[in-house]
Amino acid sequence: MQVLNPTWIGKTCLLITLVTDTMLRNLVRLHSRVGHALSPPIVYPRSQALKLPLTLLSVNSKYYSIITERKKFYKDVSISHGEGGMFEINLDQRKMKTPGGKLFTAPNEALAIAVANEWDTQKDTLKFYSMHMTTLCNTALDNPTFRSKDQIITAALKYLETDTICYRVEEPPTLVELQNNEWDPVLNWIEDRYNVVIGSSTNILGPEIPQATMDTFRQHLGSYNFWSMTGLEYVITQLKSVVLAFALIDKHITVEQAVLLSRLEEEFQIGHWGNVEWAHDVDLYELRARTAAGALFVHFSSESSTVKRKLMQD
Amino acid sequence: MASLASPLRLCRGILREIRAIKGLEYKQSLAYNYVLDQFRKNQITGERYCRAQEEALHASHSYLCLLTSTRQHMALYDMYHGKGQRDTEEMAGIVGLRLPTQPGGKGWEK
Repeated sequence: MQVLNPTWIGKTCLLITLVTDTMLRNLVRLHSRVGHALSPPIVYPRSQALKLPLTLLSVNSKYYSIITERKKFYKDVSISHGEGGMFEINLDQRKMKTPGGKLFTAPNEALAIAVANEWDTQKDTLKFYSMHMTTLCNTALDNPTFRSKDQIITAALKYLETDTICYRVEEPPTLVELQNNEWDPVLNWIEDRYNVVIGSSTNILGPEIPQATMDTFRQHLGSYNFWSMTGLEYVITQLKSVVLAFALIDKHITVEQAVLLSRLEEEFQIGHWGNVEWAHDVDLYELRARTAAGALFVHFSSESSTVKRKLMQD
Repeated sequence: MASLASPLRLCRGILREIRAIKGLEYKQSLAYNYVLDQFRKNQITGERYCRAQEEALHASHSYLCLLTSTRQHMALYDMYHGKGQRDTEEMAGIVGLRLPTQPGGKGWEK
């Protein structure tokens, strides 16, 4: 592939654009009329429960049912200031609650507006599986699995041992080259940024992560608050990669790039064998939506902004 | 993607998505006013490289990605996802049959 831009950041973007463009151009769209390929969601008749089942934990909990859709029962969505500077969401004058029964509170306006917009988007039926920001907020507020921040950090760092970026193949050679070209820059970036050693391997057991690396990451993750950690663990789980999640959260790559790098082999196979809309595209958009929601959630949970106005001197 | 990095395109993209969601009264929606507000606030800065501006740009890019991909995902979902099974009475009715009735109840029912 011809690389025109000398700086390696530009090289990565250009390569990714080139890769995606050629792949997209060579796609053969198989128009499959298989309608019932995916298993149907369990739609229960409308129950009397006022609790809304929207967290990351869906089964095997006495607090949450598996209702995936409900009729829309409100017209207007608005936000209001609550106690302690928190924001609440009002659905037609009634305050929104989490599935655990607590009052729904968001720490800042941006998050509240994002959640309110999700509820505003719904028409006729509420599709809970499309409301990713709400789900994340509910999980952070209710903590249905009763995990402490340390447990979340341990769970997140577990993904490093089998990180997607570090798992390389040995053949076919085009895929090997693709993985080296796309994944190596991100790996180098994170090793420089955090001063750690990760490395990649073609071994079936995966890379050997030294304890110093784990300690550095653990210490870094300890600086995030509980809400941000919930979001970050979500992003890591979706992308199946700690390296990519860090690159996304540190704003080194965009959501689309992160998703593309996470699905690199799949995209490679799509380019070779063709795209299946009802499987590949559905997966792609869902992954993008979830990852974008996670990244946005972390950004809103860990930022604080002030505006200083300087006088214009004329 | 470098092509979407300019704030103007991001802002337009997000507002277009909001319009697609809300329809005609999109200008009164919460998100519309907030987004416009944020873009205006972050526009003017004294520094040449403003980190807050870069972060806000990345966040708006992520939000645009969230809105577009949710919309596309729901469109594909409505098109391809299975609708669930019909009731047995309905299914029988499709081929013109009726379910048998047993006035005394089936043997194993209480």
